[in-house]
Amino acid sequence: MFGDYTLSQLGSIFVMQGFAGLILFSVYVLMALGLAIIFGQMGVINMAHGEFMILGAYVTYLTASFVQSHLPALFSVYFFVAMALAFVASGALGMLTEWALIRHLYRRPLDTLLATWGLSLILQQAFRSIFGAREVGVELPQWMLGSLPITDTIEVPINGIFVMGLTVLITVAVAYIIFRSRWGRQVRAVVQNRVMAGAVGINTERVDRLTFGLGCGIAGVAGSAFTMVGSTGPTSGQLYIVDTFLVVVFGGAASLLGTIASAFSISQTQSTLEFFMSGSMAKVITLLTIVAILMLRPQGLFALKVRK
Amino acid sequence: MSLSDGPISDTRRRLLMGMAILPFAGLLPRTAYAAAPPTSAVNTTGLAVTDTEVTVGILHSATGTMAISETGSIQAEKLAIEQINAAGGVLGRKIKFIQEDGASDWPTFAEKAKKLLVNDKVASIMGCWTSASRKAVLPVVEQYNGMLYYPTFYEGLEQSKNVIYTGQEATQQILAGINWITKEKGAKSFYFIGSDYIWPRTSNKIARKHIENFLKLKVVGEEYFPLGHTQFNSVINKIKLTKPDVIFTDVVGGSNVAFYKQLKAAGIDLSKQALLTISVTEDEIDGIGGENIAGAYACMKYFQSLKNENNVKFVDAFHKMWGEKTVIGDVTQAAYLGPWLWKLTVEKAGSFDVDKIAAASAGVEFPGAPEGYVRIHPNHHLWSKTRVGRARTDGQFDVLFETADLVEPDPFPKGYQ
Repeated sequence: MFGDYTLSQLGSIFVMQGFAGLILFSVYVLMALGLAIIFGQMGVINMAHGEFMILGAYVTYLTASFVQSHLPALFSVYFFVAMALAFVASGALGMLTEWALIRHLYRRPLDTLLATWGLSLILQQAFRSIFGAREVGVELPQWMLGSLPITDTIEVPINGIFVMGLTVLITVAVAYIIFRSRWGRQVRAVVQNRVMAGAVGINTERVDRLTFGLGCGIAGVAGSAFTMVGSTGPTSGQLYIVDTFLVVVFGGAASLLGTIASAFSISQTQSTLEFFMSGSMAKVITLLTIVAILMLRPQGLFALKVRK
Repeated sequence: MSLSDGPISDTRRRLLMGMAILPFAGLLPRTAYAAAPPTSAVNTTGLAVTDTEVTVGILHSATGTMAISETGSIQAEKLAIEQINAAGGVLGRKIKFIQEDGASDWPTFAEKAKKLLVNDKVASIMGCWTSASRKAVLPVVEQYNGMLYYPTFYEGLEQSKNVIYTGQEATQQILAGINWITKEKGAKSFYFIGSDYIWPRTSNKIARKHIENFLKLKVVGEEYFPLGHTQFNSVINKIKLTKPDVIFTDVVGGSNVAFYKQLKAAGIDLSKQALLTISVTEDEIDGIGGENIAGAYACMKYFQSLKNENNVKFVDAFHKMWGEKTVIGDVTQAAYLGPWLWKLTVEKAGSFDVDKIAAASAGVEFPGAPEGYVRIHPNHHLWSKTRVGRARTDGQFDVLFETADLVEPDPFPKGYQ
C-alpha cells in the first residue's frame, strides 16, 4: 500500500496517524476517568456511566439551542459554559443517585451492578421521552470545526486538540484533588479502611456522596466534549460503556495511573492495528491481547498494595 | 416481467375509478358501508374482520436502539391508515391497528408477530426494520400464513409468498448510483467503509462486483467497523493515503454520526472529495448535523425534497400529523406504501384472505406513491426509480438524478453473488 508515495507523504501520514492515536488516548482517558474514581475508589460497578455522559451531551445540546436563539453573540464560547453545566447536572444527578440508591448497597457489589443497570435503562427511556428517539445534532461554533494545517501535508483535527487539552486539564485537576487536597486524603483513607476512617472522624457518607458526584460530573464533561466527535442519542451511552470498563479493569481498578497507562496502550494498539487491517479485525486482536494479559495479571496493569 | 404486465389494464381501470370517487368518500353517508361485501365472502380464514372493521398489526421498535430509525416508519404507517380510513377504508371496512413493540430485540419481534397472528388474527402486519428482525419474523409469518409489509432497503437474497418488500433490494439501490457517479465524476477508484453486519457486507459485495467486473474500475480499500464504533481517525488517514475518487459508505447508527463529524474535522471537504452513501437519509442527517455532511451524495429511491404532486401532499399531511419539524427519509416513505399497497391488493383480490392477497399482489400499482408510480413485481419487491441526491446544510437533499425508467427488483442477482 505504500508503493506510490514519496517519503515525505508517508512521513506526514505517520505523523497524522500518531495524532489519531493520541486523540483516541485522550478520549479513552476522558471517558474512563470518572468511572475509575467511582469503581476504583468506591468499588461501585456503575453501569449507568454512559448515561451520565449522555446527560452531559444533552445539557450541551440544550445550552447550544438556548444560546443560539437568545444570545447568538456568545455562540462562539458557549461550549465552555455547556461543559460547566454538564459537570453540575451530571454531578448533581450522581449525588442524588448515591443518596437514593447506591448507599444502601455498599456491601453488595453485584446488586449495585443490577441497580445501576436498571438506572441506565430508566435514564435511556427518560432521554427518549424528553428528547425523542432520534439523535439530536449539537451545533458547534465555527472555530471548533475543521482542521489545523501544521505543514502543507499534515493536518490535525481541531476538536481532537481540544479533547486532548481538556483531558490533560481534567487529569491534572483530578490528580491534584485526590493526591494533594485534604478531601482527597479523606477519600483515600475511606478506600483503604472505611471503619478506621470513620473512627478518626471522617464523615464517610459525605465523602462517598461527593466522590460519586465527582465521578459522574467528570462523565458529564466527557459526554459534553464527545458531542464534537460522536452521536447524541438516548442509547449513545451504550457505545462507550464497554470500552470504558475495559480501560479501567485493564489498568487495575484502584489506580489512576493504571487507568492512564491502560488507556494509552489500548488506544495505541487499536489505532495502529486499525491502520494496517480492517476495523473489526483490529478490535478482535486488541481484545484478545487484553484477555491474554489479564489472564497473566488478573489485578490489571497497576495494583494498589493494601493489606487485606 | 411479462407476468406483471398481464392484469395491468384491468387494475388500472379499477384504480382510476377508485381514485375518481376518493374526493367524495368523506361525503358518503354512513349507510354507504352497508354496501360493503359480506364478511363471510371476503374472510374465509377467520381473520379479525367484521362488517365494519378490519384489524392490522404494526410491529416496530418503539424502544431500544432501533427506535431512532423505526419511529418514522410507525408514524408513516399510522398516517397511511388514517388517510385510507378517511377515504372509506378497505372493502367498506375501517382499518383498526394493534401496535406492538419489538423493543429492538429480535426474539421479541418473533414473539409479537406470533401474538398478532395467532391471538389478534390481524389481516396483515406492517413492520420490521432491520434484516435481523425480518429474519426472525419470517418463519412466523410463513408458518401462520400472515402477510408482512417490510419497508427497509435491504440486502436482497430473500423472497417469500408472505412478505411484500416495499423498500429497494441492494442491486436496485446501488447500481444506478455507482453508474451515475462514475460518469459524473470520472471516478476510477472506490474506497468502501461499512458497519460490520450482513447488509453492508452484501451491498459492498454487489458494489465491488459491479465496479470490478462490469465497469472495470478499482476498489482500493474495503473496511468494516463493529456496530457502535466511534473512532474513525485511522481509517480517515488511510483514505488520505489512498486518495480514492469516491468513498462509498454504508455505516449505520451512532457510528454514522461519529464518522462524518471526524471526516469533517480531519479536513476532508465533501465538496471536493466525492462520497456516495447508501445509509444516510434525512433521518440520519438530523443527528449528524447538516454542516458535517453537506456535499455528500446519497443514492436511494426517495428524498423528502422530491417535487412531484403526490409528495408535496404527503409531506404536508405528514407534517400536519407529526409536527413541522419531523423529517421524512427513504424508509419512512416506503413504510407509508405498506398499508396502501395492502388496501389496493385486497380490493383487487376482493378478499382479505392471505392466500388470495399473495396471489393478487403481482402487478398491483400505486400511482399515488410519494416517490411516484410503483408496481409490485411477481417476486414481491417493488418496481421503483433510483435517485441520487446531494446533502445540503439544512439537512435536505438536492435531487440531481433519477433513472429514466423503473428499475426492476432482482433479489437474486446473477453475477453478483
